[in-house]
Amino acid sequence: MDAKDILGLPKTPLPIAQEKKSRPHKDSQRKPDGISREVYALTGGVAPLMPSIDVSQLKRRPPSDEKITWQWLPFTSSARKDNLQLYHWVRVVNGVPPTGDYSFAKYNKSVDVIRYTDEEYAKYLTDPKWTKEETDQLFDLCERFDLRFIIIADRFPTPRTVEELKDRYYSASRAILVARAPSPGEVASHPLVKEPYNVTQEIERKRALSMVLSQTKHQERKDAEVLAEAKRIAESRMAARAAEEPDLPVPPDIGPESAERAIGPGDTISPSNVQVHAAAAAPSTSVIADNSSTLASLRMLKVYLRTYALEQMVQAASSSAGLRTIKRVEQTLQDLGINLKPKVPTKAVCAEHLELRKEILTLLNLQKQLQYKEAEGSSFRDGSYGDMPGTAKRSQRAVDQDRTFVPDTISFGGDRGVKREQKRKGPGRASETPSSPAGAHKRPRKMKASDL
Amino acid sequence: MPHPAPEAQVVDGGSASKPQRIIKLGKTTDDSDKKSTNRRVKDIELCVPIVYGTIAFYLGRKASESQSHKWTVYVRGATNEDLGAVIKHVVFQLHPSFNNPTRVVESPPFELSECGWGEFEIGISLFFHSDVCDKKLDLVHFLKLYPEDESGPQSTKKPVVMESYNEIVFPEPSECFFARVQNHPAVIVPRLPAGFSLPAPVENMNDKGRGDTKDHPLSQWFMNFSEADELLKLASARQQVQAHIVKLRRELSVIDGMPQPLKPAASYECI
Repeated sequence: MDAKDILGLPKTPLPIAQEKKSRPHKDSQRKPDGISREVYALTGGVAPLMPSIDVSQLKRRPPSDEKITWQWLPFTSSARKDNLQLYHWVRVVNGVPPTGDYSFAKYNKSVDVIRYTDEEYAKYLTDPKWTKEETDQLFDLCERFDLRFIIIADRFPTPRTVEELKDRYYSASRAILVARAPSPGEVASHPLVKEPYNVTQEIERKRALSMVLSQTKHQERKDAEVLAEAKRIAESRMAARAAEEPDLPVPPDIGPESAERAIGPGDTISPSNVQVHAAAAAPSTSVIADNSSTLASLRMLKVYLRTYALEQMVQAASSSAGLRTIKRVEQTLQDLGINLKPKVPTKAVCAEHLELRKEILTLLNLQKQLQYKEAEGSSFRDGSYGDMPGTAKRSQRAVDQDRTFVPDTISFGGDRGVKREQKRKGPGRASETPSSPAGAHKRPRKMKASDL
Repeated sequence: MPHPAPEAQVVDGGSASKPQRIIKLGKTTDDSDKKSTNRRVKDIELCVPIVYGTIAFYLGRKASESQSHKWTVYVRGATNEDLGAVIKHVVFQLHPSFNNPTRVVESPPFELSECGWGEFEIGISLFFHSDVCDKKLDLVHFLKLYPEDESGPQSTKKPVVMESYNEIVFPEPSECFFARVQNHPAVIVPRLPAGFSLPAPVENMNDKGRGDTKDHPLSQWFMNFSEADELLKLASARQQVQAHIVKLRRELSVIDGMPQPLKPAASYECI
């Protein structure tokens, strides 16, 4: 506008038409009144579907005819049973303090603890393990502490477990309810009657819970292992059963059940319980199933050497891998400075060794996946060999970044057949990651010299 | 609920839904010895770390054509504790050119010394006490007489030592065995889960004298096997591999355009 002024150009009516158009456009984009622009931008700059803020209320001020003061005044609460006089700040409007009960009194809820009479006690509630005095005390405490049994157990004069107290309270209350009810049907829906307290189950449950809580990480991992494996077995069984419905007699579903039994009480997991059923036609290629069946077969032995166990587990873990992959795993181990057979095969060392081998397998699989994906991708791209100088640079940099791992990733390339390398074109990726040496062997052989 | 167990110390009280920690395999009416051998402790594996190997001295001036070296083959506890509580006797199977190549060692320390000139594989069979295991365990060890470094004449003072570390695992030890060795230094007892009731410890009946190898004449040559080094190396190797896996996953996800690529079904994911 100012520029046009300076230049002396007429302020043409043309922009006006544009302004008209832009204004309705702008209106819908405008922030609403009542809140600042920045605050509105926090919500994403777009009005919510349902306006949560009633904008008109925001800047409203109290009507000017009202005179507001704040006063320190006494108050009473229906929730208090004593005569304690409390004070608080009160918003007084035009000299009139607010009326009504203390606003938080409505939250003072308590439990309806059933109280029995002495005759009722004599008739229904006598118990060899509980005296009347104890039961009275229990009910008093229950009422006082709103069935907070932890506190009740703490306050209880004679030592009793929480479960015992709960058992006594709930069974007594239940008995009274049933006794007082005119007909059994009427109380049947009362929660105390419908679901009686099961002491043994509760003790068991808490014990299991504490076992789970105190599990070591190692145990947790094992549990997860077994659970995953049980799931797999169940699924493979389902598939097998569905696939061969008319033929197979339904195999007894011992797998997940016995796994649950082993896991439920939280004892040390014995995967030997989970047996891979021979009848299940679906071949389980999962390594976890192999693992546990190896463990099971080890357990069947009366005695074995740790090294033997490790060999078996390694075999099981590599069962899905071909000979070449196994060789590559061993090569990787050597490159990492790890003995193929541990020098000190303790339980911990063997476990770590096994995990390392599995991780290397995962790594190799991922590398393979990556190569496939890159091959797929590059077949779409215009992969010309003009890429090579750049890619050579890339692999050099990657070599510098990752000294210890260079030998084996490049040596993986040594395994590649010539065919593959000629088929593959340059990846054309801009990212420079250490795994690009894996891509290095995709280039034709003449690049190898500069790579190394 | 009272459990129909003949030995009260064994009762693992609780509801029937809990799997019994101790299962009975044998008949119910036998005498108590047989019963306790048959009852096994489930889910607790006992582990006996051992070292076995050979130490060979060159005889130097006293050497003859047929007897150039004096060597000893042995099985010892990894911490030099007495293995006699676990192993009853050991049979060393020597090269047939030896007289009576099958040598039986009835008591600890389980070792055998001989003179000879040749290197060969020695078969070592471990026989356990009846309450431990009725199956023998076979090991093999190659007798090495000549040092790696072949430069210069052999020393008579410095022997050629070849030792292997291993662990004997008893996955379901009998109660009797367990009771006997639960406090024995040669046996590794794992951390017992809560609620496990221990059978009462039994007096060690082995009064045959010292079977440990702590003050053995050859003990100065015994190798030290420390799992700490291996664990460290393994941990660092795992870290490296895991870091690479993370990088590859990221790259894969970039290519796929998906937030997290699917892991291949064939490989097992470790936490």
